[in-house]
Amino acid sequence: MGSIRLEGVRKAFGSTTVIHDVDLDIEDGTFVVFVGPSGCGKSTLLRLIAGLEDVSGGRIIIDGRDVAKLPAAKRGLSMVFQSYALYPHMTVRNNIGFGLKMAGRPRDEVKRKVDAVSTVLNLSTYLDRKPGELSGGQRQRVAIGRAIVREPKAFLFDEPLSNLDAALRVQMRLEIARLQKSLDATTVYVTHDQVEAMTLADKIVVLNAGRVEQVGAPLELYASPANLFVAGFIGSPRMNFVSGDLAAQLGAPTIGIRPEHIVVSREGGGWHGTVAAAEHLGSDTFLYIDVPQTAGITARAVGELGLKPGDHVRLAPDPGRTHRFDAQGCALRG
Amino acid sequence: MATQHTRTLGRILVAPSVALLFLWMIVPLAMTIYFSTLRYQLLNPGTERFVGAENYIYFLSDPAFITSLSNTLRLVGSVLTITVVIGVLLALLLDQFFIGRSLVRLMVIAPFFVMPTVSALVWKNLLMHPVSGVFAWVATSLGFRPIDWFAQLPMLSVILIVSWQWLPFATLILLTALQSLDNDQKEAAEMDGTGPFAFFFYIVLSHLARPITVVVLIQTIFLLAVFAEIFVTTGGGPGLATTNLAFLIYSQALLQYDVGGASAGGIVAVVLANIVAIFLVRLIGKNLE
Amino acid sequence: MARRASAARTAAITVVAWIAGFIIFFPILWMVLTSFKTELEAFSMPPKFLLFKWTMENYAAVQERSDYLAHVWNSIAIAFGSVLVSMLIAIPAAWAMAFAPTERTRGTLLWMLSTKMMPPVGVLVPIYLIYRDFGLLDTRFGLIALLCLADLPIVIWMLYTYFKEIPIGILEASRMDGLGPLREVVFVLAPIALPGIASTILLNVILAWNEAFWTLNLTTSKAAPLTAFIASYSSPEGLFWAKLSAASTLAIAPILVLGWLSQRQLVRGLTFGAVK
Repeated sequence: MGSIRLEGVRKAFGSTTVIHDVDLDIEDGTFVVFVGPSGCGKSTLLRLIAGLEDVSGGRIIIDGRDVAKLPAAKRGLSMVFQSYALYPHMTVRNNIGFGLKMAGRPRDEVKRKVDAVSTVLNLSTYLDRKPGELSGGQRQRVAIGRAIVREPKAFLFDEPLSNLDAALRVQMRLEIARLQKSLDATTVYVTHDQVEAMTLADKIVVLNAGRVEQVGAPLELYASPANLFVAGFIGSPRMNFVSGDLAAQLGAPTIGIRPEHIVVSREGGGWHGTVAAAEHLGSDTFLYIDVPQTAGITARAVGELGLKPGDHVRLAPDPGRTHRFDAQGCALRG
Repeated sequence: MATQHTRTLGRILVAPSVALLFLWMIVPLAMTIYFSTLRYQLLNPGTERFVGAENYIYFLSDPAFITSLSNTLRLVGSVLTITVVIGVLLALLLDQFFIGRSLVRLMVIAPFFVMPTVSALVWKNLLMHPVSGVFAWVATSLGFRPIDWFAQLPMLSVILIVSWQWLPFATLILLTALQSLDNDQKEAAEMDGTGPFAFFFYIVLSHLARPITVVVLIQTIFLLAVFAEIFVTTGGGPGLATTNLAFLIYSQALLQYDVGGASAGGIVAVVLANIVAIFLVRLIGKNLE
Repeated sequence: MARRASAARTAAITVVAWIAGFIIFFPILWMVLTSFKTELEAFSMPPKFLLFKWTMENYAAVQERSDYLAHVWNSIAIAFGSVLVSMLIAIPAAWAMAFAPTERTRGTLLWMLSTKMMPPVGVLVPIYLIYRDFGLLDTRFGLIALLCLADLPIVIWMLYTYFKEIPIGILEASRMDGLGPLREVVFVLAPIALPGIASTILLNVILAWNEAFWTLNLTTSKAAPLTAFIASYSSPEGLFWAKLSAASTLAIAPILVLGWLSQRQLVRGLTFGAVK
């Protein structure tokens, strides 16, 4: 398996730079997720690693070797595309085995490996069908099978779950996680869904406008975001940000507090506000509260609270979980 | 969206086509320009001499040139008008539902695929023949004297033949464009209470404006070069009545063996076509992403 | 406009449409009918529409003429030959422009299309002289080479549009699978693009078959395809019309069938994408 290192990687299309000087270390066997809003460059970065695009500057080192000048076909990586990109004119069996066949592997070896992969992915009954006859989830598994069977140095996933419906997405998420563990495969996974990032990753790379905002384990990013962007991106519902007087009272130009870290009560200390809307999900209640001097606060309460729009409430942010940010948006520690 | 490797390979792969087309364009064209500056008679090889722009002056002031130019413009203009107007009507017709639609479509499209020489002969001998043609029969049955088409109305005859050949092209293009008119637009207009005539003029015609432009431009390019139909039916006559620019150049080159003059004429034809081509290329370019 | 057109409206449209179709198709129909008449009845007045003595003698006579068959072979050789050679040059070029585009690609494509817009008369003189001096006049090879160049812009253009419809993801997947460019084209692109390739061949064979400028001017007898053969019968005697009709029907019949199949390609190929 492979380790991947990016040194000073830069990418420009014409005069627009889309990736600015990225340094990254992806250790052998880890599951690294690139996450960020659309247009942040995460797919571009993935494609640079894959070799489908040229870097404008910097080095990409796979297993100690700079591959920046190598074409994609020679890098020994596998990719699962968002659109699956299966060969429409070939059966599932041939789709999966195509790379091996083209590499000149003997026929029985190809058959053996394809069968093994199909069993793992529950595709054995579909081996003789063509992609057009498969459902979205099945096609996705074929795409994964095609990537696995070549035993590449690393797997690259480009938003593989975004075309699936919600239920299937959860199921496939678990399967991908299980697969990666069993293969101990180095994986680089791109998604805009921070839930996928949090649940799948050993390490998350948060990207914004072509720059790395923060790299770290999921819970690390959750508990100690390095700046406003990461703080607002990780965690759902979004962290509340407050500036002005209320923030100054807590010791910083801007403070952030997650909805789940606010204690809501009918009377007591803390900020006071009026419930604007309440969403009762049964397990949780999400309250959208108008608080003067803020843009509104979202709070999560476990269970049911019997609060209705118009009720007055008091909000107590947990002091130990309050994040403080300076005027540039960087986190203040200590 | 490609890497250095694929781009370099791409350039290599495109190179042969570019080179061939470049040669195909430049070499003969350069030679034509060169010849146009010579006094060169095919029957007297070795007596070529440089005459500069004399051929052009001679060609452009030759009454035959003026005639051929006006014939060309008449031919192109008339065919365009006929094919576009009838083409729009036919497209509207074929866009409707009726029984046997595919068969009628086949009948309407067929003329485009008939060899120009065959079309010309069929029209000349089977239809327009003043003694045994179908038109003659129709005329006499109605009590008129049959028209000797190619003697009395040579240009019109050629125009009819060429229009017949190109009508399917215009119809097909316009029909394709019509069918891309969203059903939604039609339904919205209905909800708005638009009557059929208003609907046609404001919505359909404006939707068709672009395709009509395309048809006009493309047909013009090809109509400027009409040759076979004239070659087969009238040989440019009677006199110069049906000689268009292309035929004039041909006759100068291969019938009168005046290479110099024909070359000058050829350049004039190229310039004319280029004027139209500029507009067409710009239109296509806008569509290419 | 309304889907719920009345029966009367549909009937009226049907009648009008059939009349229009019939009028337009009439010349071809008449030619085919004439091919089945005896020479005498072919130009009898008043012309007989259906009630004549149907005979196959004209077709037999035409097929017996050895030079007719020679001309058929010429047409086939020239049409297919020029298109196939174009395809060999065009497929790589179209691949390059569709999947490995550079900043110059668009301009190159437009320039190629513009070469098709040049009137052939503009280069008639030099081509004729070159062909004469190199012994290429009245040769099939000469005509194949020329028509190949004349076809090339449209062939490249059509292939380009068909290739662009293939999601590039599939080709990128093949690159990730370890395939070099040649194998990418042969094992992935070509099979998927096969219908497009077939359509391109179809339309361009038709256009080459019907080409009536170079085939008329650069051939005399040996290499003359059907266009020239038919043209040589433009004399005014009315003695051959039935046979000529038979020959013409044979000459255009296959193309009419192919043309019917390639209507959509016609729009794609000859409007250069300006109409969708």
